[in-house]
Amino acid sequence: MTITEPGTQSAEDNTNAVPTPTDNLNDHKPNGFGRMLRKEDPRLVRGRGQFCDDVQVPGMLHLAILRSPMAHARIVSIDKSAAEAHPKVKAVVTGADLAEHNLAWMPTLSNDVQAVLATDKVRFQHQEVAFVVAEDRYSARDALELIDVEYEWLDPVIDVRQALAPDAPVIRDDLEGKTDNHCFDWEAGSKDDTEAVFADARENGIVVTEDIVYPRVHPAPMETCGCVADLDPVSGKLTLWSTTQAPHAHRTVYALVAGLPEHKIRIIAPDIGGGFGNKVPIYPGYVCSIVASLLIGKPVKWMEDRTENLVSTGFARDYIMRGEIAATKEGKIRAIRTEVLADHGAFNGTAAPVKYPAGFFGVFTGSYDIEAAYAHMSAVYTNKAPGGVAYACSFRITEAVYLVERMVDVLAYDLEMDPAELRLQNFIQPEQFPYESKTGWVYDSGDYEPTMRKALDMAGYAELRAEQEEKRSRGELMGIGISFFTEAVGAGPRKDMDILGLGMADGCELRVHPTGKAVVRLSVKTQGQGHETTFAQIIAQEIGIPPDDIDVVHGDTDNTPFGLGTYGSRSTPVSGAAAALVARKVRDKAQIIASGMLEASVADLEYEAGTFRVKGDPEQSVTIQDIAMRAHGAGDLPEGIEGGLEAQICYNPENLTYPFGAYICVVDVDPGTAEVKVRRFVAVDDCGTQINPMIVEGQVHGGLADGVGMALMEMISFDEEGNCLAGSLMDYLIPTAMEVPDWETGHTVTPSPHHPIGAKGIGESATVGSPPAIVNAVVDALKPYGIRHADMPLTPSRVWEAMQGNHTPPI
Amino acid sequence: MEVTMSVNGDDVSQEIEPRTLLVHFIRDHLGLTGTHWGCDTSNCGTCVVWVDDEPVKSCTTLAAMASGHDVRTVEGMEVDGVLDPVQEGFIQCHGLQCGFCTPGMMLTARALLDRNPDPTDGEIREAISGQICRCTGYSTIVRSIQWAAAKERETPVEVGAS
Ligand code: FES
Ligand code: FES
Repeated sequence: MTITEPGTQSAEDNTNAVPTPTDNLNDHKPNGFGRMLRKEDPRLVRGRGQFCDDVQVPGMLHLAILRSPMAHARIVSIDKSAAEAHPKVKAVVTGADLAEHNLAWMPTLSNDVQAVLATDKVRFQHQEVAFVVAEDRYSARDALELIDVEYEWLDPVIDVRQALAPDAPVIRDDLEGKTDNHCFDWEAGSKDDTEAVFADARENGIVVTEDIVYPRVHPAPMETCGCVADLDPVSGKLTLWSTTQAPHAHRTVYALVAGLPEHKIRIIAPDIGGGFGNKVPIYPGYVCSIVASLLIGKPVKWMEDRTENLVSTGFARDYIMRGEIAATKEGKIRAIRTEVLADHGAFNGTAAPVKYPAGFFGVFTGSYDIEAAYAHMSAVYTNKAPGGVAYACSFRITEAVYLVERMVDVLAYDLEMDPAELRLQNFIQPEQFPYESKTGWVYDSGDYEPTMRKALDMAGYAELRAEQEEKRSRGELMGIGISFFTEAVGAGPRKDMDILGLGMADGCELRVHPTGKAVVRLSVKTQGQGHETTFAQIIAQEIGIPPDDIDVVHGDTDNTPFGLGTYGSRSTPVSGAAAALVARKVRDKAQIIASGMLEASVADLEYEAGTFRVKGDPEQSVTIQDIAMRAHGAGDLPEGIEGGLEAQICYNPENLTYPFGAYICVVDVDPGTAEVKVRRFVAVDDCGTQINPMIVEGQVHGGLADGVGMALMEMISFDEEGNCLAGSLMDYLIPTAMEVPDWETGHTVTPSPHHPIGAKGIGESATVGSPPAIVNAVVDALKPYGIRHADMPLTPSRVWEAMQGNHTPPI
Repeated sequence: MEVTMSVNGDDVSQEIEPRTLLVHFIRDHLGLTGTHWGCDTSNCGTCVVWVDDEPVKSCTTLAAMASGHDVRTVEGMEVDGVLDPVQEGFIQCHGLQCGFCTPGMMLTARALLDRNPDPTDGEIREAISGQICRCTGYSTIVRSIQWAAAKERETPVEVGAS
């Protein structure tokens, strides 16, 4: 498949494009968009990637962190003498030591502060208390056992519903004048307009209300977080190999926190073993490693173990929501309202644009054309690990989509309507785009009904309903769940969106070498999404240099232009646009040089796939490779044109992009054991123009498995003393190949009108869209029990309780 | 203590602490970093290597236990510049994204195909069920292994020689 203009991409499915050994797909190299094997794979399948823990620097020492056993306690004393006496230990550092250098606290990405090492008290279980640097990793951990900390127990705040009680212990007494656990309040939409519609609906229509919990989950990438800090004592330059999705943003934050001059900081994000948002924040371990290297004058490595990753790094979700829909009796949705209680843990470590403390939760009105909407949120501190935005959520759109898609099913239940029909009759219509939602979001483009119909066709919806009816008559529990989501991704326009004052734009630089090969440098960083392939394809599409002739450089702040990094599905919407535009800039210059070479005016040339031709005389042509040599060669160039063929830009998106999709899940619930089996999952996504359908499909698949995990298995839970009960992969269950079905995917193509190649982003669509489809399917299976709602995770015991009429929220 | 073993056909002998895990021996002592480490509880399988033709979790094996045995890691899958069909299958079918779980997945797949050259999808899923991939959702991994199986059925490769 090759396409030139947005809108012309074939919408045929790639579901069945499973290669066989006789296909020679290695030879299938599109000079632009299309299925292309990944450029990163040859090294990764040979075990020759370089992940953070693979980095070895001569003289490197190892750092390990001592963590608090309690959720809330005052630190009475720390005796580190025994640890310091360990023969292999080089340093033992506590919060008090850091405080002497004014480094005990650091800013979070939400303008809060977080302790690097606790000084006064610990505020969540496993909070960082001290670190040891030793000659090898085993000794560093041995020495942790030798540190003696005396704690004085303080009552913790674990039940989020009690966090604002007048007698609740105050967690953040480090903040001046803080007398409660309130973090922030946020609202969107019109309270009065919404209440007016609800009042009318209570009289003349229907109002449904449901309490919905999105429990705390964790992204748990297979590679944990870590770094190697190497601060050269002579030059003063810090090189930090780090598991970061946002190397440039991290560099600036380190400059601000540690007072290091920014040109003396080089962040290298090597191969990253999955990120999903977990590798956006700056964690105390990174700062400790930098401090250690500074103190000792040697390179220092820190790698979390799995428990540390699960219990202390960026969690996700943790919203308690009350959802309400006002509708007519015929099922026209008129207004949506929600009240949210958000648990942000001990520090507000959310990574979201500063003006959006609730992320993009404001898109909770979903894909529906309604009269009014209102949301109010209270966010609170509790004695739990900090975080909040992580795990492929597109800045809280997971929560928003789950709320609205669960609520629409609740409405369908009460109206006894088919959930597919109910959605179809409420969609925003194609002619309404660009559509401004009642909470102020401008949806760029959409055509929802064909996507929905395609999913229904692929699933064989009518047959499934017939099968369900027949099974129900035999007492079998089969459920069919639908969700239809719209996301807002690609943050974002710098007039509205910044993180710690850094505008959310992204740079891109392209240099074409004399022989017509090229290097493109990106500000974003892949964690498995395949940027080395797709960005080469974008350049190829625009200037006709084959992707294999284009080197993609990323993840090294000394060698790439500034930009905010990869999260919130923003690489393609923002950086992908930058890549297309920088290539066009090079193409414009190439055309001027071509005009000199062909002795024709610029306007008389036409461009196609890497070749400029004289209009009407196609024999007269030069290729981009010819032009590259001329640009660097000794020959004449047109008047006023400098030598070289390169360009750099910084792309500031004019709007977000709004991918959407229709998901249908089929489950069977065992009436005897309450075990849920996901039998089928059909996903039809529309992410606009697709750069590489193979990679798009892979992104969707991964997110669907995430959805199964969240809906059925995963939860970071705590006991009432604040002990984290999900500190290992034995306790925090992640789907294996046995829990997920073979995915059935399809797509439609509705390009973004404002994106240079019409692409919208796909990285998080399935993580956002799949949980409601699965939960809706389970609830649908349980319909014979009169169940209208049940909260995730729908483990056998929780489903069993629901079947017995005892369903309780998980928190 | 001293351990002696063959790793990808090379004899190695080193003085180590008795508690050294095989995963750390392979990664930190031998510098073969294709074998990964991802959990504390033997759940993730990113550390899978072969000890005498048997996939094992090297995070749960002491280096001392592998002494006197043949160890094979992902670095030993390619022979004389020719990728194992399993490696090729993963490339062809997009069986990897971040690539962190991939070495372990491929070694388990290789062991499966050596015993069962024509597995069903279900048998493949079961074979890799002790391993976690957080990126791919598994379908493409199953396809990758089926691709390798199909390729080997067409052009039989000598078991163990790949
Ligand atoms: S490292 Fe997880 S099973 Fe070995
Ligand atoms: S490819 Fe990333 S964990 Fe499997």
